[in-house]
Amino acid sequence: MPAVQETVARVREIDVDKYKYGFFTDIESVKAPKGLSEDIVRFISEKKGEPEWLLEWRLEAYRRWLTMNEPAWANVKYPKIDFQDLYYYSAPKSTEGPKSLEEVDPELLETYAKLGIPLKEQAVLAGVQGARVAVDAVFDSVSVVTTFKEELAKAGVIFSSVSEAVKTHPELVRKYLGSVVPITDNYYATLNSAVFSDGSFVYVPPGVRCPMELSTYFRINEKQTGQFERTLIIADKGSYVSYLEGCTAPMRDENQLHAAVVELVALDDAEIKYSTVQNWYPGDKAGKGGVYNFVTKRGDCRGAHSKISWTQVETGSAITWKYPSCILRGDGSRGEFYSIAISNGHQQIDSGTKMIHLGRDTSSRIISKGIAAGHSNNTYRGLVSAHRKATNARNYTNCDSLLIGDKCGAHTVPYIEAKNASATFEHEATTSKISEDQLFYCLSRGLSAEEAVALIVNGFVRDVLQHLPMEFMAETQKLISISLEGSVG
Amino acid sequence: MLEIKNLHANVDGREILKGLDLTLPTGEVHAVMGPNGSGKSTLAYVLAGKEDYEVTAGTVTWNGEDLLAMDPTERAVAGVFLAFQYPMEIPGVATMTFLRTAVNSVRKARGEAELSTPDFLRFVREKAKALKIDPEMLKRPLNVGFSGGEKKRNEILQMALLEPSLCVLDETDSGLDIDAVRVVADGVNALRSPERSMLVITHYQRLLNYIVPDRVHVLSDGRVARSGGPELALELEDTGYAEFDGQAA
Repeated sequence: MPAVQETVARVREIDVDKYKYGFFTDIESVKAPKGLSEDIVRFISEKKGEPEWLLEWRLEAYRRWLTMNEPAWANVKYPKIDFQDLYYYSAPKSTEGPKSLEEVDPELLETYAKLGIPLKEQAVLAGVQGARVAVDAVFDSVSVVTTFKEELAKAGVIFSSVSEAVKTHPELVRKYLGSVVPITDNYYATLNSAVFSDGSFVYVPPGVRCPMELSTYFRINEKQTGQFERTLIIADKGSYVSYLEGCTAPMRDENQLHAAVVELVALDDAEIKYSTVQNWYPGDKAGKGGVYNFVTKRGDCRGAHSKISWTQVETGSAITWKYPSCILRGDGSRGEFYSIAISNGHQQIDSGTKMIHLGRDTSSRIISKGIAAGHSNNTYRGLVSAHRKATNARNYTNCDSLLIGDKCGAHTVPYIEAKNASATFEHEATTSKISEDQLFYCLSRGLSAEEAVALIVNGFVRDVLQHLPMEFMAETQKLISISLEGSVG
Repeated sequence: MLEIKNLHANVDGREILKGLDLTLPTGEVHAVMGPNGSGKSTLAYVLAGKEDYEVTAGTVTWNGEDLLAMDPTERAVAGVFLAFQYPMEIPGVATMTFLRTAVNSVRKARGEAELSTPDFLRFVREKAKALKIDPEMLKRPLNVGFSGGEKKRNEILQMALLEPSLCVLDETDSGLDIDAVRVVADGVNALRSPERSMLVITHYQRLLNYIVPDRVHVLSDGRVARSGGPELALELEDTGYAEFDGQAA
């Protein structure tokens, strides 16, 4: 069955108002007391048995955070967040650090099975045949299990939760943590540095091509709990790794905060491909509830001829505020950003990228596809800059927006700065509407309105979709249609 | 059988069809001719159920069923097919994907089994070959960058694949050179059958040299002004629409 029809079949199975991943797992958890203070920062650090330097690092960030103001420049609106009314640490009681699969609470295994995430190594992703993917599963504040670790270790690849890496590879963590996104970076990144709980750590040694896709699956389960994941990926000289993250959360009336930091470091000739399929709970039809997704993602092409490629599919969250960026430091390095951002209902998205050209002969490419439906607002915000020394910097940017209906908005806010006259920057942008004529043409061929929109949108995002790891392409096509259900008729 | 009685329809608040009567028996091919603005394309869109075409009076029944009560998807499932004068482009969607989605949607809604990939490919290749369609064309995004001839052949290919019982061809010959007209006409003729009715809308008699109709209706000012046999088309070839234009004014 072609993907489109499969999608539609899936959409039909689901009640229009139901977010598929909206269930809650009833599991006993250990929480930090509500609110944020130095004591809470110490509590988290102690829970994780961290070394003194890391505690100091956190405290420095916390003190810094107290002096900062929440950013207000993004094109999003939300009531003021009460940071004292949140839990900053929550972990399933049965989980004291990551374990082997046999020891994982069956309740948790059940949760991930329901989400279609295989934690058994012989299992494969739902609906995908022959694909083997190593998974790190993060539940609220902790990593519950990481699969295929032994097999990866044979290739020299380190894949674990960041908490575990602090213990097993402190020198690597210490060297790279905060080296791309410093603790002073921005309000949410600084907050994250103070209270980050867990996330994934990847190190690929020189000359190694990581033998399988790596992925992390984030799940917020507890009420009023913020998730502050921290992911750090280092690709040493001449290595390659492809990594994918997925995210879901239960349906709740109140908003949940997710403030993650992701740091990527690519050394000489290394390549990192980072893909995100973000499907946090978007809130209900009236715009109640949903996740605030305030995320800082940045990659540093530190070595010559290194390459970092971001691919994102953003369909969830009440508010998305994220700009996966590349610092093109190494000569001849390359940054890419491929984005599909879909907003429906009352969702607000302000997302884009920054391509900062520092080295000579650096190049970057930005392809962004924004789709706005319902009452949503969808903004692309992007910066392309060439430093004085960035001779022959090249960028190509293409931003297309597609509107469905007449109550939504699409905006494009590009910033371009060239301090070197040899820079070549190209920017193309289009905004279009799904035309009544296109829809009618499809309907007259027997497609339903849902099928027609799914087909047209899948065509619109095709250039970006093909940059996702193959294993996730079909799944993503379905997700796109599900996100758009109820957008026509 | 298609029965249109006293059909009135507005576009943008302006009445275009003003009491049109037409009967098309099963298995027959009728041509609808007429000067520009006489309501030919409006009739085509009303039959296919386009939203902005508001029917204010009259009835249209297809094999006894009220066609006007159905939405466009239901009409397609019921066997109505419109070959568009200007087929729409859908960027990024491979023609093959579109064809397959359409065929399987219709088959499913008709209670037939969906075609497996190999069966579908065989089915398409066979029909495409008859229309001299290069298989490479089917890999390209739907109608994007297609020549006029390719677009029209693609319409007839869809007609062949969806197996409709009522085909409405809206100016399928417009913009085509004589060779292309011949290919398209051969494709249409191959689909003539005792179970299938066709309404061939055209401004020029030329197409009717290749698709010979059972009856010809001439529209003028939103009504059928005259009906006759195939010879009526030839007569118009000589006299033009002057007589009917007068009525429209």
